[in-house]
This record gives sequence, C-alpha cells and structure tokens, in this order.
Amino acid sequence: MKKKVKKIFQSNEPYIFLIIIILGIVVQIRSGQFFTGNNIVDLLSAMIVPGLFAIAEFMALISGGIDVSFPALASLSAYATTKILLDKGYEGNVFLAFLIAVLIGAFLGAINGYFIGYLNLNAMIVTLGTSSIFQGFMQGTLRANQLSVIPQGMKKFGTDSFITATNKVNGLSSVLPYTFLILIIVCALMFFVLRYTIFGRGIYAIGGNALSAHTAGFNVKRTKFIMYIIIGMIASIGGICRVCMMQQCHPTNMLGMEMNIIAGVVLGGVALTGGAGTLTGCMLGTFLIILVQNSMILLGIPTTWSDVFVGLVIVIGVSLTALQSSRTSRSKKKAVKEGA
Amino acid sequence: MSQSLLKAEHVKISFGNVHALRDVSLEILPGEIHCLAGENGCGKSTIIKIISGVYQRDGGTIEFDGKKLEKISPIDAINMGIQVIYQDFALFPNLTVAENLALNTELASRKKTVSWKNVRKIAEEAVAKINFDVDLDEKVEKLSVAQKQMVAISRALMSNARLIIMDEPTTALTKKEVNSLFKIILKLKEQGIAILFISHKLNEVFEISDRFTIFRNGEMVATGSTKDLDDKKFTYYMTGREFNDQIFVPENMSEKPVFELKNLTLEGAFEAINFSLRRGEILGITGLLDSGRTELALSMFGLKPADSGEILKEGTPIKITNPRDAIEHKIGYVPEDRLSEGLFLTQSIGDNIIISEIDKLKKKNGQFDLKKRDEEIKRWVAELEIKTKNPDNPATTLSGGNQQRIVLAKWLACNLDVLILNGPTVGVDIGSKHDIHMVLQKLAKQGLGVIIISDDLPEVIQNCNRVLVIKNGKIRSEYDTQKVSEQMIIDDMM
Amino acid sequence: MNKAKSIYRKNPEVSRLLIIMLLWLIFMMFTQAEKFFTGRNFLTMAGQFPEYGLMALGGMLCMITGGIDLAVVGTANMASILSVYTMIHFFGEDGTMPMAFSVVIFLIAVLTGVVVGSINAFLISKLGVPPILATLGVNEFLTGLCIVVTNGSAVSSFPKQYCDFFSGNFLGFIPRRLIVFIVVAIIIWLMLEKSTYGTKLRLYGTNAHVAKFSGINTTALLFRTYITSSICAALGGLMMLATYSSARADYGSNYTMQAILLIVLGGVSPNGGKGKISGVITAIVLLKMIESGINRFRSVSTYYVTLIWGAVLILALVIDYFSQKPKKTK
Repeated sequence: MKKKVKKIFQSNEPYIFLIIIILGIVVQIRSGQFFTGNNIVDLLSAMIVPGLFAIAEFMALISGGIDVSFPALASLSAYATTKILLDKGYEGNVFLAFLIAVLIGAFLGAINGYFIGYLNLNAMIVTLGTSSIFQGFMQGTLRANQLSVIPQGMKKFGTDSFITATNKVNGLSSVLPYTFLILIIVCALMFFVLRYTIFGRGIYAIGGNALSAHTAGFNVKRTKFIMYIIIGMIASIGGICRVCMMQQCHPTNMLGMEMNIIAGVVLGGVALTGGAGTLTGCMLGTFLIILVQNSMILLGIPTTWSDVFVGLVIVIGVSLTALQSSRTSRSKKKAVKEGA
Repeated sequence: MSQSLLKAEHVKISFGNVHALRDVSLEILPGEIHCLAGENGCGKSTIIKIISGVYQRDGGTIEFDGKKLEKISPIDAINMGIQVIYQDFALFPNLTVAENLALNTELASRKKTVSWKNVRKIAEEAVAKINFDVDLDEKVEKLSVAQKQMVAISRALMSNARLIIMDEPTTALTKKEVNSLFKIILKLKEQGIAILFISHKLNEVFEISDRFTIFRNGEMVATGSTKDLDDKKFTYYMTGREFNDQIFVPENMSEKPVFELKNLTLEGAFEAINFSLRRGEILGITGLLDSGRTELALSMFGLKPADSGEILKEGTPIKITNPRDAIEHKIGYVPEDRLSEGLFLTQSIGDNIIISEIDKLKKKNGQFDLKKRDEEIKRWVAELEIKTKNPDNPATTLSGGNQQRIVLAKWLACNLDVLILNGPTVGVDIGSKHDIHMVLQKLAKQGLGVIIISDDLPEVIQNCNRVLVIKNGKIRSEYDTQKVSEQMIIDDMM
Repeated sequence: MNKAKSIYRKNPEVSRLLIIMLLWLIFMMFTQAEKFFTGRNFLTMAGQFPEYGLMALGGMLCMITGGIDLAVVGTANMASILSVYTMIHFFGEDGTMPMAFSVVIFLIAVLTGVVVGSINAFLISKLGVPPILATLGVNEFLTGLCIVVTNGSAVSSFPKQYCDFFSGNFLGFIPRRLIVFIVVAIIIWLMLEKSTYGTKLRLYGTNAHVAKFSGINTTALLFRTYITSSICAALGGLMMLATYSSARADYGSNYTMQAILLIVLGGVSPNGGKGKISGVITAIVLLKMIESGINRFRSVSTYYVTLIWGAVLILALVIDYFSQKPKKTK
C-alpha cells in the first residue's frame, strides 16, 4: 500500500489537482464566487473546446509525435461545414454538421498522417506546414470571412441548456450547453481506446520505442496514419462545438491556441518525448490553464493581465515538472544500485 | 548423425557496394549451445537478421528443421520458433513488465481489444518458465539491465522457441549476473532449446558453448567443437594475425607523482580513496560493476565532483568541479560507452578529434584557426592509424575499433599529463583491442600517466604495472601485476 | 551532369532552394515582368524581410542545438514598446529626438535580448525545461506584459525620427533595415564559420551528453545561443517599429511560425546538429520573392502565400526523403 501511495506522488496529476483546489480556494476567499454553480458551469463551458483539442493533442504526444496544425484544421473544417450548410439552407439537426466536419477532418488529418506515418517525416515540421496550408486554403481559396449567421440546428445545439445554474446572489445564469456532453463522450471513448484496444496500446508502445513496436509486430506506419486521422476528426468536432457555442463562425478565432493547449497537456504530466502520461493529467493540466484565464475577473485583476499569469503558470509549471523528473531519475539510479 | 536444427550454407548478401556476407555457413544442432564470434563488422549481426527474416539473402541456402527457407518475414521466423534477443532487448520502457511480456502474444492473436486479465495470465506463465521473480506492474524503465534481459528472455520463451539467438548478452552485466544468465542458458538447453549466442569474449566461448563458428570479413573461417579450441587459435581465426601481447613494464617513471588522490569521498559511491600515479605508470583499478569504480572515474574528471578529500596534480591541490577544469589540468577521460558518451556519431571524424582541444586552436584575434585545425586532424589520424579516406566523413563510417581510436585521439590531442580510461576495450574486437593496448603502453613510456578502469582482468594484468581492487566503495588491496594472479583479484572483488 | 550533381550534393539545402527560386523567377518573367523586375519592387522586398529575417537568423542558432526559440515575437514587441516609451519619456509625445539617440534605442534592444535570452537559457540549461515549453511560457509572459503596459492598444504618438530614418534608404536605394540585417547576418556567419562557437554548437546539438563529456561548457553555450537569438529578435522588433511607425503587443504574431518555417526550409534539422546560414538566407529571400510575386496578381489572394509556404516546406521535406539512398530492408 505504501508503495502504491509513493508511486502516485511521483506523477504530476495529484500536484496539479492540488493546485487547482488551492487556486479555487484563493478565488473563493477573494470573491466568494468560486464555488458557485454559476462559476463552475462557466468554467466547464470554457473547457469544452480546449478539452477536445487537448484530447487530440494528447494522442499525438503519447505516440512521440506532435501536432500544431489542429487549430487551423479545426477552423477549416468548421468553416467549410458551416458554409456548406448555410449555402444549402439547411434547417435540420446539428448531427449533419458534425458528420460533415468529421469527414473533412478525417481527410485533412489523413494528409498529416500520410507524411508523418508513411513517410516518417518530422511531425513538428509537417504539421507546421499543413497548418499553413489549411490556413492558406481557408483564407485564400475559400475566401473565408466571418459568418455571423449559422444554421438553426447548430445555433440551437450551442445554446440549448444541458444544465443551467443560477447565481442566487446576483441573479446571473450560466448555461452549460450540450456540447459538454460531446466532450464527455469523446473523453470516455479516448480512454477506452487507449486502455482497452490494441490500437491504443500500440500508440503507447510506439511512443516508448518505435523500433521495438515494429519488431513486435505493430504496423507502426498505419497506426500513426490512423491516429492523425482521429486527431483531425476530434479537432473538427471541437471546431463545430466552437461555432455552435459562439453562434458565429470566425475563421481565425481558434488560430494560435496550439501552444497553450500543448502547454496544458504537458503540465498534466504528458512527456514531450512520448510514451508517458494519462488522460486525467491531460485534462487537469488543460483545466488549470483555463482556470487561470477565467478567474482573473473574480480575483479583481484586469483581463489585460491574463497572458502574464498564464505565462507565469506555464513557466513555473514546466520548471517544476523538469526538476521533478531529474529528481526521480537520480533516485531511480540509486534504487537500482541498491537492488543490484 | 543428428539432423541439424539450422543449416545455412554459402550465404551471401550485399548492400549496394558493400558485401556484408561473402560466403558464410553456419550449422546449429538441436539443443546445443553454439557461439558465433568475430570482430566488429565481420557479419555476425547480418546473418542473424537474415535468419530472423529481417533481411533477405542474395545467395546460398538456409534450412530450418529440414525445411528449405525462401522468403521469410520476421513473423514467419517467430512462428517457426526462432527468437532473437537484441542487445537493447527491444522492450518498451514506458510499459509494465506484464504488458511487455504479453504484447507479442496479444498482437499475434489478432484481437482488437485488450483484456488485462489475460495479459496478467500470460505474464505470470512467462516468468514462471525461468523462475524470474519480478513485480509485473513495474515499468520496464525502472528495472536493472539484468532484469530487463530476463524479461526479454521470458518473452522469447513464450512462443515455443526452438532456437534463441542472443546478441552479445553479457556486455552490460556484472559477473554475478553473467553467472545467473549462464545458469538459465543451461536450463534452456535442458528443455531442448538451442542457443546461438554472439560474443567475442573467449572465456565465455569456453565456459558455456558446445560448438563455435568464427566469421571474419564476411566469411566463415572456422567451426567446430569448443574442445578443440585454444587462445591462440581463437585469436588467429578472429583476426588473421598472431599477437605477441607484451606485458607492460614501465620505463622512465617519474620520481614524483603526477596525480594523487587523498581521502577522496563521495557519499553513496566511494570512501577515503588514496592513491598516487607517476608518469610512465599504467595503474589499473578494478572491481565489480557497482563497486564505485565508475563514480570514482567520473569524480576524477569532474562529472560527479567528490564531497571531500583532495586531488593533487604535480603535488598541488586542485579543484575539479567540471570536465573543463579537468581538461585545463591536462586530465582526460575516455568513457565506458563510446557511442553514447564519447563520440558525436553523425559529425565528422575531424570534428570529433579536435573538439576537446578546440579552445587552443584559436588565432590571436579569437578567430578559429582553421589551418591549425586541419593540421591537427591530419596528425592524429596518422598517429593512431585511423582507417579513413576523408576526415570529413561522419564517424559512423568507421568500424568500432577505429571509432575507439578517434576517442583516444581526441584526448591525446589535448596534450595530457593524465589519461583515465573506463573500460577502454569494451565491445572492441580483438585486433583493435591489441592495437589500443599497444598505443597506451607507448604513451605511458612517453611520459603519460595512465589509469585503466576495467573488469577485464587479463587486460588489467597485462597492461598495468599496479592494480587497485575496489570493493563497496573502498580500496581493498593493491598489487604489483607481475606478482598477482586473477584468482587473487577475484577473491578480493567479491 | 555529374559535376552539377556534386555541386548540388555539397550544399543541398541551398541548391534545392535556388532551383525553386529560378523556377519562380522564370514564372515571374512570363507573367509579371514589368511590375516584378523593377528596382523599386526589389527595394521594397529588401526592406521588409529583415523583420522576420532577423528572427530566423537568431532562431537558427537555437534550432542547431536541438532547441527552439518561441519567444521571438514577444521579445520583439517588448523591445519595440520599451524603445517607444523611452523616447516618450525623454522627448515627450510630440518632441524631436536627435538621431544620436538611436544608439540608446539599439542598446535597449540589446539589453532586452540579454535579459530574455538569459531567462530562456536559465530555464533550459539549469532547470532542464524543454526549450519549446520554456520559450513558449516566456513568450506568453512577455506578451502579457506588453498588453498590460500598452493597455492592449497601439502606441503611435511618439517622436518619429528613428522610424523615418530607418524606414528610409541609404544612398537613396539601399534600405537601412537591410543594412542592419546584413550586419547581423555577417556577425552570425562569423560566429558559425569563423569561430570555435560554430563547431561547439553543432556538436552540442548532435549530442549534448557527449558534449559535456568532451569538456564543452554547455551552460555558457546555451546562454550565448539564446541571448543571441533574443537580441536578434529584439532588433527585429526595432525593424518592425521602423516599418509600422507604431508599437503594439501583438504585431508579427505569425512571425514565429514563419521564422521556424524559414529555418527548416534553410536546411536546419529540427533535431539539431547541422545548419548553414546560407540556406536560411536563401530561404528568406525566396519566400519574400514568392510573397511579393503573388501580391502582384491582383486577383490572387495574399493568403495564398501562407498556403505556398506550407506546401514548399513539405515539398522540401519530401525531396529530402526521396533523395536519400534507399536502404535495403527486404
């Protein structure tokens, strides 16, 4: 039992969780508004799109790769889907939007997957390139501009309330849209795939030792290819959720999110080099950044300071992670020596 | 006349212009322990890759269990019962022992989902076969090298192996662990499994194998029963040369010591180390893998500075807190693992040679003196007889023995007074090993003070004039190598 | 043909870019000859690329170590904003600044670079933080500070002498910003090819562990590298200031990715260990030519440049992949 407890504290997750709780308490003390239904709902709402992106990026990092194209990919799928539905005068359920976006996302993801999986090119550089291509295509070929009106079905999905929380003190209401369910579902699916399917274990294996994965019998190329397709699909789901919740489609709104998402996932204990990390950690790390960004007002800090604090959290967070991992590698050497 | 398990005849393969194997034959009988030996680059790894389906041969025949093999894939080889355990074990460091063991089976069953209960069952069965006691839920990266090897062996046994091929299995093991490994190999033999292991350590060939085969330059030069083999024949087959290894006798030793350690202590590693080294001497330091000998080496070079005690150079106490301090005091260090600690593999041979003395190759205005650089490179390539057509070629183009020479050149170029070498001939073929020893002896005679840290006792006894035995971080004894025997040292080490 | 092949192989990074450049110039000749091949057009191009060109030069050093500098834009904007406020402080919003004061402005940029670069190097070498994360966090922090100081808006009321001077041309036709770029490029070239730093840098990038074992002062190396990169970025910020005549927290936000694109296109491996300045400079010039050329086509959106950058980058990688000798596996 003692060994298990010791093991738990060697990973990042409990620390991040602790920090989140502490921060919550600080904000509560300062504003009295943190642990209200209203605020919690707002935070969960803010978590939806970043959470979906984080899940996608999580897969990429576990496999030892990386993807910086997902905001551009998501923007392109979301824009194309919304435009198509608008042009056709679509009045129906949001399901079609998700379907179209997922198909587009799969195709775009396959482009990444081909170069990274089959040609084995550097993931960072390829996704940097495809990010430019997706962006350029969207703004150049499609001449994307803001769509202030979106199909009824999407609008409804983004505004209908799944859970509503009203603040008894100031009467403000916050709505948690059904897109939150999408996050839960995708999260659960990813958990299942990574833990209980050969494909998912393959991703961990590849991240641990790609060569051994090959000799063991994994089809490394195909696994990576499919993985990037899935990333494209999840990112596109995120894009549609974004459009639904904002009730408009802004082509460049999501661009630039990639670095903060990666930072959040890494803060949660996912190694940049691959093979290590849990979904829990990934979500906790992402949530921490969302928390910092969204608690400024409650702390009485003007929102212009938002980036300063997020930057500080990232710097301190990754420094602590780095220090901790060098500490565990030193103690590992000691333990091995004692055991030998 | 028992039918052979594996019979490879006149196999050949080329990669572009490189004829990796010209004409090799290899016969392994069922249930025997067979050793394949040869210098680096002779083709040992290549034939293994052909047998296991990774490469396809260009000519010759291979029969396994009486059946002729044409085009086989790695999976086909595994299904026939051929298992290879590579030097790096091909394990997944980030996954648990249980998962590592079960993964191949899970993959082979072509199921899409993972049942963790099943994984555990498979893992438990696997470790039971060799009585391997390990925490199945531990991540492999946390295991020791010997334990990882056990995992690899357990995994190899899982699919009805008939032939297990081990590629240099003893390189990173302590003596105790090597003994354990050999016990297991014998146990496997009892179960009727044939073992082919690759080694160039003569004592291993004698200790454990029934028959042997030796390759040289892509050709088979000898095969037979180990009973008919001896030192001289082995060396001759391996290198094509005959060596008269000279035992080192120091000449022109300086009166005063050039390098001394007084009461040097590093907590958790070594304690109160005292010795002195004179110019012209080659001092040997030996001990088991975890005796503290490597930490001592790192301390002397500044990579793991000691907690207390003194280091003296030419009688004056000096502070060594990082490698640059050491280099400035003309102390150099040739590390154990030349590939991951001593060489910039993808960089040019020339850059590798001059990198440690690079700050001395500046002109008065601070600019890099490129002419001097080129001269230095030419000089050292010649002095150490490094076989290369162009020093701008990357270091990967060289054989293992030549690579070790570059590492030596790098330090010699720094015009040192003291050279510390940790395992200087680990993984080096017999021919280059001899050459490196000759170079070291020559350098000592020219006035260098040399310290060789090694657990290769013949190497130590032949090339050092004194030897210190370290046990549990303390100096246990000191001997004059002319008057000591291997057994005495072994007794002190354990 | 064989001679051509050997010249190509000696400098593959530059050669493949030159081929693309040649093709593009030919294309321009047939379609936009009059408008493209004018002195004025070349001048305009030459004045604009130093902004991100400087960032690429500095960032290249970081990438050779196997790291990356994502803080370039934050540093640039910080330098630019600090300069503007200094000018306002000493000369008032409407005052006149003597040109000699430009020295102070450049000093501010250098100082900003030293501070930011040191922070980056400290995080990376002393704490062991991966460069991508360290510089990312620092960038966010710097950008945040810039936003707070400027309240999120552009600062355009300040003495304009610096901007006017540096957005102008030397001897009537050489953009002064280009001169700054050339000076910095020469310094970096000297660092890489004529000093021991270049060799140490490449070898460290190949294997940091072995570098330590060989006696290279890895801490000093990293500090020097990241400080140089940040100084270059800060100077880039001064160039942006000269061009836009205003300072803002989020100018050049896509320059980071652009700089990385240029560095990789220029033949620097993201894994570290190799890179030539000639490759990066060729990439900078090539991309500017493509961008400029596309701008001439009125019916074609400028966004296509983004698309072409991405495509060229991947194309370069694919060419590399297919030009390597095929290894025999089966």
